[in-house]
Amino acid sequence: MIYLQLFLEFFQTGLFSVGGGYATLPFIQKMMERYPYWFGSLTLADITAIAEATPGPVGVNAATFAGYSAGGILGALVASFALVLPSFVIVSLVARALEKNRQSPLIGTLLSTLRPAVTGLIAAAAWTVIRAALFTAPIMEGFWQAIEWQNIVLYAVLLGLLFVPKIKKVHPVFFFLAGGIAGVVMGLF
Amino acid sequence: MKNFWALYVSFLKIGSLMFGSGYTMLPLLTHEIVEHRGWITQEELADAFALSQCVPGVIAVNTAAFIGQKRGGWGGAAAAILGVMTAPIICILLVATVLMQLWNNPVMIDAFNGVRVAVAAVITSAVISLIRSNVRNWIGIALCVAGFVIIAFLHLSPVFVVLLAVVVGFVLWGIRR
Repeated sequence: MIYLQLFLEFFQTGLFSVGGGYATLPFIQKMMERYPYWFGSLTLADITAIAEATPGPVGVNAATFAGYSAGGILGALVASFALVLPSFVIVSLVARALEKNRQSPLIGTLLSTLRPAVTGLIAAAAWTVIRAALFTAPIMEGFWQAIEWQNIVLYAVLLGLLFVPKIKKVHPVFFFLAGGIAGVVMGLF
Repeated sequence: MKNFWALYVSFLKIGSLMFGSGYTMLPLLTHEIVEHRGWITQEELADAFALSQCVPGVIAVNTAAFIGQKRGGWGGAAAAILGVMTAPIICILLVATVLMQLWNNPVMIDAFNGVRVAVAAVITSAVISLIRSNVRNWIGIALCVAGFVIIAFLHLSPVFVVLLAVVVGFVLWGIRR
């Protein structure tokens, strides 16, 4: 029963992958060992690249892809919804509990310490994104060799624009589009 | 019903425009949910993000569920989750069925190189505004730095960052009482 298998595998992934970002990838890796035919000839790096290049969270992308390869469109839907079912229940319960107790001094203090800590955590994840975009090789192998100068210039220009009051209100998608066009132009040289 | 529809549409937009990890949705969330809709404040968004880290699941979906639940209860959470998933599912189905050949096309590779740089720039500016609104005192600075170091240099799970913040929170609460 392929649909039941898909449901159980991705429900488990949704239930146990904490921390987001690429937290679902180790689970996908395990699945690839257990059910190789779900992913065809693709490797984990291929799955990550496809997930990166298509809209949406990596976990959902991977689930849809595996579900489709294993069981067609219905398989894709089963896998994707199995993945988010634990989030739906758990987050809803926590959000309700939090709203009820927002006034309590304990919750207030906890939120005041959580906010800066999570800011640091997000900054670390951002650093990973920035590094992947601006450096080709691992930095260990030589900082100056690893730098993609064209990308650094593009990054500096875009970041500079994001500090101009009128421009920074523009929807982020226009920056992505500009980046894509600049990427194609830079590829010509 | 109108409320559910608005939630669905907002998260449909966010789901179609985010790439890669859940962190890339942050600037989109700020733009759509905080600035455009005014549904929650920047601070509450940080809370939703904090909470989404420490419970299981995909961060983007968790954040959608959190904001949806806050705006419209169980139906709101369902609408937001459906919204954030619609575009990714359709896109992956397209990729899996027809676009697989386009994948190694050099123009696509160049374009996505540029998109990644733009995502990096947008996320940098999002983090800067997040630091401005969330890091307000010495304890905040220490926690923020600790969170960065734990993930970027020690490569530990985000769970440890959340646990550290909770322990410090309990100690502060104990002292103030």
